[in-house]
Amino acid sequence: MMEALQDHPVWMAMPAWMVLSSLVAGLLILVLGEPYQRTRVVINLGAAVLKLVLVGFMLWGVGQGHDFEFRLPLLPGIDLYLHADSLSMLLATLSAILWLITTVYAIGYLEQSPNRCRFFGFFSLCVAATMGVSVAGNLFTFFLFYELLTLTTWPLVVHRGVSVALRAGKRYLAYTLGGGGIFLFGIIALYALMGDQVFTPGGFVDPDLPPALLIGIFLLLLVGVGVKAAMVPLHGWLPQAMVAPAPVSALLHAVAVVKAGAFGIVRLVYDVYGLDLVATLGMNHVLAIAAAITIVWGSLRALQASDIKQRLAFSTVSQVSYIALGVGIGSPMATIGGLVHLVHQGLMKITLFFCAGNLAETHGIKRVDQVDGMGRTMPWTMAAFTLAALGMIGVPPIAGFVSKWYLGLGGVENGQYWVLGVLVASTLLNAAYFLPVLRRAWFPRADAPDRGPGIHEAPLSLLIPTVATATFALGAGILAGMPFSPLQWAQFIGEQIYGVAP
Amino acid sequence: MTGWLFSVTAGLLFAIGLYGVLIRTELVRRLLAANVMATAVFLFLIVVAAETPDGPDPVPQAMVLTGIVIAVSLTAFALALIRHFRAVTGESDPEGGDDD
Amino acid sequence: MTELDSLVAPTLTFLIFAPLLAGVVALLWPRGLVLDLLSISLGAISLVLLVPLSGTVMGQGPLLLELGGHELPLGIPLYVDGLALAMLWLTALTGLGTAVYASGWLRSVSHPSGQQYRVLWFLLWSGLNALFVSGDLFNIYVTLEITTLAAVPLVALARGREALSAAMQYLYFALVGSILFLLGVALVYAETGLLALPELSARESEAAGPGETIALLAITVGLAMKAALFPAHGWLPRAHAAASPPASALLSALVAKAAAYLVIRLWLGPFEAAWTPAVAQLMGVVGVLGILYGSLQALRQHRLKPVIAYSTVAQLGYLLLLIPLASVVAWQGVIYHALVHGLAKAAFFLAAGNLILGIGHDRLVGLAGCDRVLSKNLLAMAVAGVAIAGLPPTGGFIAKWWMITAALEQGQWWWAVAIGMGGLLAALYVFRVVSFAVHSPRPWHEEPLRETRHGLNRLLLWPPVLLAAAAVALGMTGELLAPFLAVGAPEVSP
Repeated sequence: MMEALQDHPVWMAMPAWMVLSSLVAGLLILVLGEPYQRTRVVINLGAAVLKLVLVGFMLWGVGQGHDFEFRLPLLPGIDLYLHADSLSMLLATLSAILWLITTVYAIGYLEQSPNRCRFFGFFSLCVAATMGVSVAGNLFTFFLFYELLTLTTWPLVVHRGVSVALRAGKRYLAYTLGGGGIFLFGIIALYALMGDQVFTPGGFVDPDLPPALLIGIFLLLLVGVGVKAAMVPLHGWLPQAMVAPAPVSALLHAVAVVKAGAFGIVRLVYDVYGLDLVATLGMNHVLAIAAAITIVWGSLRALQASDIKQRLAFSTVSQVSYIALGVGIGSPMATIGGLVHLVHQGLMKITLFFCAGNLAETHGIKRVDQVDGMGRTMPWTMAAFTLAALGMIGVPPIAGFVSKWYLGLGGVENGQYWVLGVLVASTLLNAAYFLPVLRRAWFPRADAPDRGPGIHEAPLSLLIPTVATATFALGAGILAGMPFSPLQWAQFIGEQIYGVAP
Repeated sequence: MTGWLFSVTAGLLFAIGLYGVLIRTELVRRLLAANVMATAVFLFLIVVAAETPDGPDPVPQAMVLTGIVIAVSLTAFALALIRHFRAVTGESDPEGGDDD
Repeated sequence: MTELDSLVAPTLTFLIFAPLLAGVVALLWPRGLVLDLLSISLGAISLVLLVPLSGTVMGQGPLLLELGGHELPLGIPLYVDGLALAMLWLTALTGLGTAVYASGWLRSVSHPSGQQYRVLWFLLWSGLNALFVSGDLFNIYVTLEITTLAAVPLVALARGREALSAAMQYLYFALVGSILFLLGVALVYAETGLLALPELSARESEAAGPGETIALLAITVGLAMKAALFPAHGWLPRAHAAASPPASALLSALVAKAAAYLVIRLWLGPFEAAWTPAVAQLMGVVGVLGILYGSLQALRQHRLKPVIAYSTVAQLGYLLLLIPLASVVAWQGVIYHALVHGLAKAAFFLAAGNLILGIGHDRLVGLAGCDRVLSKNLLAMAVAGVAIAGLPPTGGFIAKWWMITAALEQGQWWWAVAIGMGGLLAALYVFRVVSFAVHSPRPWHEEPLRETRHGLNRLLLWPPVLLAAAAVALGMTGELLAPFLAVGAPEVSP
């Protein structure tokens, strides 16, 4: 019975169902129209829960070694190809869990505000695009969803419609579409040379092609994914895009969009070119150095930002490049550190953005110098903020520590000791821009305005998601040794890439 | 043969018409100039028909006939449009030339 | 001859003469409701008839049909290949959508010239169908004139000084264009004694005399004036902006494209001997200049309809890229582009018409707040714009993928760069328009939006939505349609 089920096309096409669950929900919400608030919430939450169930099945299936795949011929010789491998599930699971949580948060956050139909519709479509990115099995499919992600995020960035939002939207489009165009050249060039090839661990690019050509195409592809991963100097869109409502910043700019870029880097190195070829071409150093520069530069800019969301945005610029750094170092430990950071950074950063949203929504606090004494007024929110911020700095046993530990070990493993320097510098800078916020929140200055003794927390619909993600961030660190923890899964992927247990 | 004479005439007519279309801004004059151009092409087609070795070729003649019908209807429509334009705007020269 | 094939002649006859007869009916019996139903049912029947026709073309390759059984050179040949087929489908789909829209539009604005609009539409429809299947040069000339005679008054119908003046300008461009075209035809006949395209294509194409080169020049300039190909585009933005929305949709999606269609139809095949690779590169450059110029102008406009009109100038430029690329993949890509652009541009103009109905004018700043009251319409417009820009997952992306692939495969990477730039610029002008619509708050100097609580008339809302959806759906049908498009593709070795 179980055997028959497992080979059934409906079961095999699981990745397609996963994408469709939020795609259909998004389209339904858009068609439904503004007035049907209750139906909209039911559809949205229903789809989110359904997706979580589907992801659960797939996680189990992929762990068992099942190959879920779905093919749809789109062009002569080119398929829309969805395939769930262990790497896919890393991003898919993260997005599915956080979609549910963020939806709850967004419903509370946007209560009574206009244009909610459009917001939730495109929000769901964004998640569908992210899912598509994670289960894309070839470059063509990856590009399709990667660009769909750009298009569906734009309405969310400009959601408020004010001039500053529209400017940010324009900049966002110019960066991402420009990057997309460059990406497309690289992809079509590869297709012209290699035909339609699926992502293969170890890469599928013919190493006997002229190195100059290979390097050229690699750089085109790297710029294409580097824009969304916000690597310096392609990061200019991200801090501006923070004008979007808090749930958007939280899910899309901590998870979906930047992670799609980082995920693209991982795919490019491991499954398109393959580690060996990347190393032969010397491109791993390019990647590692670009990542190191981004890490330090992002942190420095975060230090200067006085707006909380701006500070978090620059922090994202910096932290996402840990993933690229792990890939660029190219040793098993570093790979694990980079991959696990894909999840860990998402959990911590979304918590921070939720907290920023709570502060802004409940007390109108937007700048760092306004948080004096908030620890007393909003203890739960600030506790979550503190936990996530400490995690970002790398304090054990929170998730961020695990990532940094593995990255450092990876650097040592490969004899690239400069990585330790980057990590130490970054940690110091993280501390320098997060600790002042914490100090102000818990130990207000004497001359700070008195907010009274009472507790005035954010509404539960905002608070519960915040606490939940903070708990996940803590749990991912403490329970890193348990099966199906992000670390274990990253090790599982690492074994497939390097062929041995590291 | 006088074919070359007609051909040259057709060329000259075409040039005159083209000049008129490009230089004249007054609507009716420009329309007339376009008609001169069309006539030049018709003349050329007649030359082509006559120059065939085994007697006059009917195909270009049929083309000229059809072409004349089309030219007449286009001219009629253009004149109607010009009248309408004058009625609405009181002008006969949208680009403000001074030859009306 | 199978049963399916015996449908070919009746189908083509229907496509050409049914709208013509309907036009006569419209002239004699001016009943709006009857004519609207007639036009919608003709559109639907055309779509149904195109299915077996496509099957036959697919099965047998390009069809050559001598009308009335007269053989060449006296008979009038009809020629249907993948390119013509795509255009027939586009005409039927766009025509149907616009017919439905027009039936709503003519009522909602109590159009004084609804009757004339309908007559002209039937005439235009017949002319377009005839043009796309015409297989000889003189017949093409005649059908080209029929479309001109229908298209110019469609602009003038909008009344007002600007519309009339734009129509005058359009008429003169078209007039001179057709004379140049006829001159070209005369020169070709003088040189070769041939008019039928298949015969012209089948020649041993080693040496083309100077007459033929001049003929091609005259024909190309003439068609460029009618198609508003850059730099002969001057009339188009004015005319397409001045016409009523359904008329603009037809003009942009079909009429301008018909002339551009002839350019590529004649360059590849019949006149192949008359040009060299260097000339082909030059044509490509002209196309690219059109793409860049049109897009940059579209970015600078302050009114909605001129944005869309300049976009047409830009998008027509892609068709010329087929001349330097000239491979099967490029052929498929360019036809696909024409198809997607036609559907999406019609959707764009129709949706814009709804916005204009809502705000009373078409200044971009006045669009602010449209996202609240006309959200679905705006969404249709944005989606159509995305398809025009060629972003995934729309059909426009498939077209661009093919075109860029063709360019890279032949090592002519510069066209790929131009195609990418064009897409990026298109995305910018589309999203610029949408940005105006989501802008909040509404500028104080603009009148408050009329609350259309019950939404738009469905006849006005559904055509743009469905046409935009069709442009997106084409993103999924590349594999399915590729063999149809490839029928009759030029066998030019790169």
